[in-house]
Amino acid sequence: MNCRRRVAAIGALALALTSGHASAKGTGLVFVSNEKSSTITVLDANHHVIDNFPSCARPRGMVFTPDRMRFLVGCADDSVIAIYDVATRKLVGRIRDVPRPETFALHPDGRHLYVSNEEDAEVTVYDIETGEQVAAFQTGEEPEGVLATPDGKLVFATSEAANIVHVIDVASQKVIKDILVATRPRRFALTPDGKELWVSAELAGAVEIIDVASLSVTGEISFRPKGFRREEVTPVDLRISRDGKRAYVALGRANHVAVLDVPSRQIVDYILVGHRPWGLGLSSDEKTLYVANGLSDDITIVDTENLKVVTSVPVGQVPYGFLIDDQ
Amino acid sequence: MTSRPAYRRNRIAPIWVVAMALALVLLALFCAHAAYAQQNLAIAYISRTDDPYYEPHRGYTGLQLIDRHPALDGAKLAIRDSQITGRALGMTFTLSERALEANEDPATVVSQLRQSGVAQIFILDLPQRELLAVADAAKGGDILLFNPRDDDPLLRGKECRPDLFHTISSLDMRMDALAQFVRQRAWDRVLVLEGPLPEDHALSSAFQGSAHKFGLKVVEVRPFVPGNDPRQRELSNIALLTAEANYQLVFVADSAGDFARYIPYQTHEPRPVIGSEGLIAEGWHWTFERYGAPQLNQRFAKLTGRRMQEEDWAGWAAVKAVVQAATQTRSTDAKALKAALLSPEFQFDGYKGTAVTFRAWNRQLRQPILLHTYDAVIAVAPLEGFLHETNTLDTLGLDRPESGCPG
Repeated sequence: MNCRRRVAAIGALALALTSGHASAKGTGLVFVSNEKSSTITVLDANHHVIDNFPSCARPRGMVFTPDRMRFLVGCADDSVIAIYDVATRKLVGRIRDVPRPETFALHPDGRHLYVSNEEDAEVTVYDIETGEQVAAFQTGEEPEGVLATPDGKLVFATSEAANIVHVIDVASQKVIKDILVATRPRRFALTPDGKELWVSAELAGAVEIIDVASLSVTGEISFRPKGFRREEVTPVDLRISRDGKRAYVALGRANHVAVLDVPSRQIVDYILVGHRPWGLGLSSDEKTLYVANGLSDDITIVDTENLKVVTSVPVGQVPYGFLIDDQ
Repeated sequence: MTSRPAYRRNRIAPIWVVAMALALVLLALFCAHAAYAQQNLAIAYISRTDDPYYEPHRGYTGLQLIDRHPALDGAKLAIRDSQITGRALGMTFTLSERALEANEDPATVVSQLRQSGVAQIFILDLPQRELLAVADAAKGGDILLFNPRDDDPLLRGKECRPDLFHTISSLDMRMDALAQFVRQRAWDRVLVLEGPLPEDHALSSAFQGSAHKFGLKVVEVRPFVPGNDPRQRELSNIALLTAEANYQLVFVADSAGDFARYIPYQTHEPRPVIGSEGLIAEGWHWTFERYGAPQLNQRFAKLTGRRMQEEDWAGWAAVKAVVQAATQTRSTDAKALKAALLSPEFQFDGYKGTAVTFRAWNRQLRQPILLHTYDAVIAVAPLEGFLHETNTLDTLGLDRPESGCPG
C-alpha cells in the first residue's frame, strides 16, 4: 500500500529529538504498557504506582530514544508509534500509518527502528528522525520479536505462525536466511559475546539456541516446572544478564519464571509469579526483575540475588512489557 | 583427452559422440537443477456443485438462520500463510479446486486426479456417503484424505477409514465440552428439549451420552414441535414445555435453530439455555481473543470479508497439518506425510492455546472446544479439573478404549 510509505508527523518528530541528555541515573521510573486498557502505568523505584495515563490504543513494544529523553510505544489498534517525553509523560510525536505494530528494535545507529507488523507479515523499517518508512521485508505470518545485534550487522525477527526466525542483513538490506525453529517463536535474547541467540518457542515449551556464526539451531532447553504438563509451559520473554551468566525466561501458562545458568544451560530455579507472565524487564544493576502477568493485570517484582518475590503491584489490563529509566 | 593410439585415428570425433557428450552434460545439469529445484506439494479440494448442504436455509420472512460456508476459504488462507515456510523449506504449497458435477462419481474423479499426478492429498467437502466411497476406493494407496465438515462420531468409530483424517471436531467432543462446563458449575439437573428432525435426535442423544459420562442428571427429555396448533400447545409453548420439572438448566436440540432462539427468557423458571442456543460449543469463534486467535480471525476476515467459523478453521487446519508434516519430513509423499501426522513428534499451533495433534486410534484432530455466546467465548474445554492419564484433550470425544475404530 502506498499509504505505508507516507511521510508523517515530521514536525512533531523533529521536536521529539532535539533535547539534550538525561541525568546519569535517569528518573528511576518504570513504565508498563497495558495492551487491553490502553494505558501506561508508571512506578517509582520503590514500586509505588505514581501514574497511570491513557496511551494510544493497544500499546505493546516500547523503546527509549538514544538520549533517553523520549520513548516510543507501538500501538497496534491505532497503527501508530507514539512518542512520549520521559519527564513529563506527554505525547510529543507520532509516526503514523505503521500497520499494526507489535514491537520493535532500535538499530545501534539510533535512527532506524525495525518494527514487526503483526497482521501484514512484514518487518518495516522507520527512520525515527523523519518518521519515514525506509524499508520493508516480507516475513512469515505474525512477525513478533525483533532484535538488532550490537554490531549493527544483523536484525532478527520471529514469525510466530511460520515457525521461522528471519535474518536480515543490514548492509545489503536483504533477508539472508529463514531459520526453521520450534512451534511459535516469540522473543529473543543475545549472549553478551554475540555468539548465541536465544529464541523462545512458546508452544514447544522451550528456548532454542541459534549459533549466530552459522545461523543454525544448535541447542534447545525445555522447561517443566513441577506440577505442570508440557502443554502448560509456554515461554515468551527472556533476558540474559550482562555478564552472560544468568538468564530469565517467562513461562506463560505455567505461571513461573525460569532462572538459568547460561554457560551450563541448566535450570537453577523456578519462581512462582502471577497469571500468564510474558513480558520481562531487568533493572540496569540487574538486581530487580520485573514480570508482566498478562492475565492477572499485575506485575511481579523479583529480587534477583535471593530469587524471591518482593511484591506484586496491580497495573492496567493485560500488562505487556517494561521500560526502566535507571541509566 | 589422453593420446592413446586407439583414439588417435579419429582426430575429429564423429558427430554422434559430440551429440551424446552434449546430451550427457545437459542431463547432468538438469539433474543437478532438479535436486535443488522446489518441491511442490499439491492439495486438491473436492466439493459438489449445488451441494444441498450449502443451500441457504430460508426461514420465515426472509431470515437466514443457518449460514454455512465451505471449508475452502480456510484452506486458502492456510496456503497463503505457508508461503514463507515454503521459502524456508525450498517447497511450494498449492491448492486446486474441483467441484463435481451431478453425474460425476467422486471416487473415480479422486482416483483420476491421483493417477494423473494432480494431487495425493485431498480435502473432501462431500456428503458422508461419498466421503466414505472415496476413502474406500483409496484404501491403502499413496493418498491422504481430510474431512473438514462431517461431525458424525460414527466416522471416528465403527466407520473410520485408515486414510481419512478429521480436522473438524466431532459432535461428541462438543457435547462433552458442554457437559464439562455444566458439571464444573454443578448445574447438574438438566431439562432436554428435543426437536422433530433426525439431526435434533442425534444432537440430543449425543448430549445425553455426555451428560452420563460427566455425571449430570437429565431430569426429562421433552419433544417440541414448532408451530401454533392449539391442539399441540404442550409441544410448542415454551412456558408449558419448561414447566413442572425440577431443573437448573435447559439443553435444547434444534438443528434448524428456528425454535431454540425463542427459548431464552421464555422459560417457566429463570434458567440458562445451552445447546443450539445460549451457550454453544464449537471448534472456533470469531470473537476468541486468546492464543493468537485475533490475528487468525483478522487475517481470515481480511481475505474473505466475513467471520471465521468452525468449518473455516477445519479447512485451515487440514492445510496447516500437511505443511507441518512436510516441514518435519521434507517430503511431499502422501505415505510419508501420513506417517508424520501420526508420529509422536507431530504437533501444530491451532491458535487455541495447546498445540494440536491427531489421535492415533481414529485420526481425529485433538483440539480444545470453545463454549461461546453470540459475541463472547465464555470458556475453553477441556476445563480445569477434568483430568486424563495422558492428554486432557482426550476427555473430549472418543478415547482410545471406546473408539471402536478398528485401526
